[in-house]
Parts: sequence; C-alpha cells; structure tokens
Amino acid sequence: MAEVKLLGFWYSPFTHRVEWALKIKGVKYEYIEEDRNNKSSLLLQSNPVHKKTPVLIHNGKPIAESMVIVEYIDETFEGPPILPKDPYDRALARFWAKFLDDKTAAMVNTFLREGEEQEKGKEEVWEMLKILDNELKDKKFFVNDKFGFADVAANFMGLWLGLFQEGSGVVVVTSENFPNFCAWRDEYVNCSQVKKYLPPRDELLAFFKAFLSAASASASASTSAKK
Amino acid sequence: MEKENDEVILLDYWPSMYGMRLRVALAEKEVKYEFKEEVVGGVKSPLLLKMNPIHKKIPVLIHNGKPICESLIAVEYIDEVWKDKSPLLPSDPYQRAQARFWADYIDKKLYAPGRKTWDAKGEEKEEGKKELIKSLKVLELEALGDRPYFGGESFGFVDIAFIGFYSWFYTFETFGNFSMEAECPKLVAWGTRCLQKESVSKSLPDPYKIYEIILTYRKHFGLE
Repeated sequence: MAEVKLLGFWYSPFTHRVEWALKIKGVKYEYIEEDRNNKSSLLLQSNPVHKKTPVLIHNGKPIAESMVIVEYIDETFEGPPILPKDPYDRALARFWAKFLDDKTAAMVNTFLREGEEQEKGKEEVWEMLKILDNELKDKKFFVNDKFGFADVAANFMGLWLGLFQEGSGVVVVTSENFPNFCAWRDEYVNCSQVKKYLPPRDELLAFFKAFLSAASASASASTSAKK
Repeated sequence: MEKENDEVILLDYWPSMYGMRLRVALAEKEVKYEFKEEVVGGVKSPLLLKMNPIHKKIPVLIHNGKPICESLIAVEYIDEVWKDKSPLLPSDPYQRAQARFWADYIDKKLYAPGRKTWDAKGEEKEEGKKELIKSLKVLELEALGDRPYFGGESFGFVDIAFIGFYSWFYTFETFGNFSMEAECPKLVAWGTRCLQKESVSKSLPDPYKIYEIILTYRKHFGLE
C-alpha cells in the first residue's frame, strides 16, 4: 500500500500548497507537524540540503521544495489535473508560480525585518504588486481562466500577505494603491476552488501576531543590549 | 515529428550561463533556430521589452511568435514540444522531482556568490567565494556523486542547468583566487566529459573570452 507522509508547519503557505495538492487528488497522507526550533531527525535526514519543510515522503522516498512537490503529486496521483496539458500553458503556469515564489525573501524582509533590509524588501514587494495589479485585472486565475498550478503558488499573496500586514502593522497593500490585486485577492479567498482548502484565518492571524511581536521584541532587546 | 513551419528565435547574450541552457537544449533536440544577440548592459531592444516585459531579461525563447521566459521553464518547454528526440527530463516522476530540485538549487545557490568573486572586494568577495565553493561541493557530492552525469548514465536536465556555469569556472577561480580542480575535481571532470558532446561544445563559448570581458568590466569599474 502506498504510504504518504508530509512534514510541515501548519502555519506555512509552503506546507499548505502541498496539503492542498494532496487534497485535490484525494490522497491519504500522514501529517507530521515539525517544530522550527527542534527539527526532527526524519526531517533532517529527508532534506539534508536545505533542512526545511515541507517535505513529502512517498514510499520512503523524500521530495523537497513546495512547487516541485506539487508537480510530483500532479504527475503521480490520479485526480483533477493541477498543471494544464498544453506546453505553452504549462510554461505560463510555471512562470507565474516562479514569479510568486521568488518574492518570499522580500516578503520576509518587509514584514519581519527593520531598517535598510525592510526598505529594500518593501521596494521589491511594491514592484511585484504593480506587476500583479496589471496582470490580474479582470482575471480570476492566472492561466486560461482555469484554476491550477500558479493559483496554488498564489496562496502566499492571496491569504498570507494580508495576515502579515494585519499581524505586523506594516501596510503595503490597500485597495487604493492596488485595486486589481485586491479585487483578485477577495475573489480568490472566497471562490469555490480555494475557500474549502484554506486553513482557518483567525488561527493563522493569532499565530502571526504572536510570532511577529516576539520577533520584534527580540530584535529590540538585542538592539538595546547593544547600546 | 518534423515541424517544418516552426519559427524559433532565441534572444540571448553569448556569455550568459542561462542562455547556454537553451542553446544546448535546442541542439540536443536538433531544432533550427535564429540566435538574436542582446548585449546585457546595453540598451534593451524593443523585441526584448515586448517579449519579456516583466523581467526584461534574456534568455527568451520565442516559438512561433510566443515568448517563453525563464531558462529552466523554457528547457522544460523544449522537452515537451520536441518530445520525439533526446528526452531531457527522466520519465519517472520521482527522478523528475529530483532533477527539478537540483536545478532549483543551481538557480538559487550559485549565481550571487559566483558574481561576488569578480564583482566585489575584500570581505564580501571572500564570503562569496566561500559560499560558492560550499555550494559547488554540495552539488558535487550530493547531486553528481560518482556518476558520469547529473542525469545518471545520460546527460539530462540538471546537466543542462549547470553546464553554463562550467564555462565560468575559469573566471571564478582566477578572480576568486582558488582552483576549481583542487576544490571540485569531479565537477571539472564532468565538464570535460560534457564538452565531448557536440550539443555542448558548439553552445559554450571559450572560457577565456568570458574572463576577458569580465576583466574589461572590472577595469571599467575600477576593480582592477
């Protein structure tokens, strides 16, 4: 019998992408919550290169990197397709998934860091939002009006970005400055292809508020300790 | 299947390690294409700005007028469209996932530190060099191991992802002041092995020419 395990963080958009793909395909899996401050030996053995979640372990064999895992799930299990069939559409789906994924560091800098790092992060996030605002005008999904691969990758921007804003008090997105992005986002979290798969917003918000205030408290503590 | 009316254009810059990926992939598939040179650092052509409005970067593959951006995505596209010849990705989904994982690693872990060996000074340069060597050793040990190619017995996706960097080894080691042969002998042997393939030898520039343009760049920016 096929055995599927997922090592992840319940609050992470990257773990969520993989769970989402597994649920779309109706795959039974065992979920193992990892502790970022005390990573299990299974995680360290399964992803020795990056030591990060999510990691999918299928019949004992590990796969890492969220969108690589999503493609693997799409190719391995029966069920509704996540990537389109046409090679050009596939290239577009991968392009947007990469575009969205490449902004992770900038997002972290914007909401979790201070000073120059934060300013640079904000600039990059702003540029990204301008592009998305233009791309998502009157668009529900990224490729050919069909839900798929890029929309899974968009979970970070669709849900987590708003949570980071609320949790940190750092405001980058408003409906005044990015109307099309906001329209897309509001539709995204409510549409039938997405809504039932999203984790509970209230719990995520509470987690990030606590996480972000702990992060800034330790940053101020180390700053005052330096004085 | 011969696609007689296919028009394939590659917007590229000869020293680009990313452009080299597409040259090799197209050569592996024996696809005829037109090479259109964009000089990075010069004025961007209207064609580039039209075909890659978001990133405004080469390489861009243009197939029958439609652009495909991001080199690894374009290599997968090439593999899927010209599927009757020389498969670039493995057929097994787990092996494919491993190939994509390592291509992603190459994309994330090498360019920035590699650049520091010739574009930075002092401590920043030293850090770049250390990080580059560290990442190359991971690649050598974990991805290549004792196999002839990253793809195993045959040349494949990860080999294509990395081969462009091989032509930059001389530049990295000369300006970074280290020896690739000493640090990563298996990677050097791998590169030499790949160069025996015509698709590679006709796609890669002379490493010394890359060194020369970087030398010119450094002189221009007062780094020499």
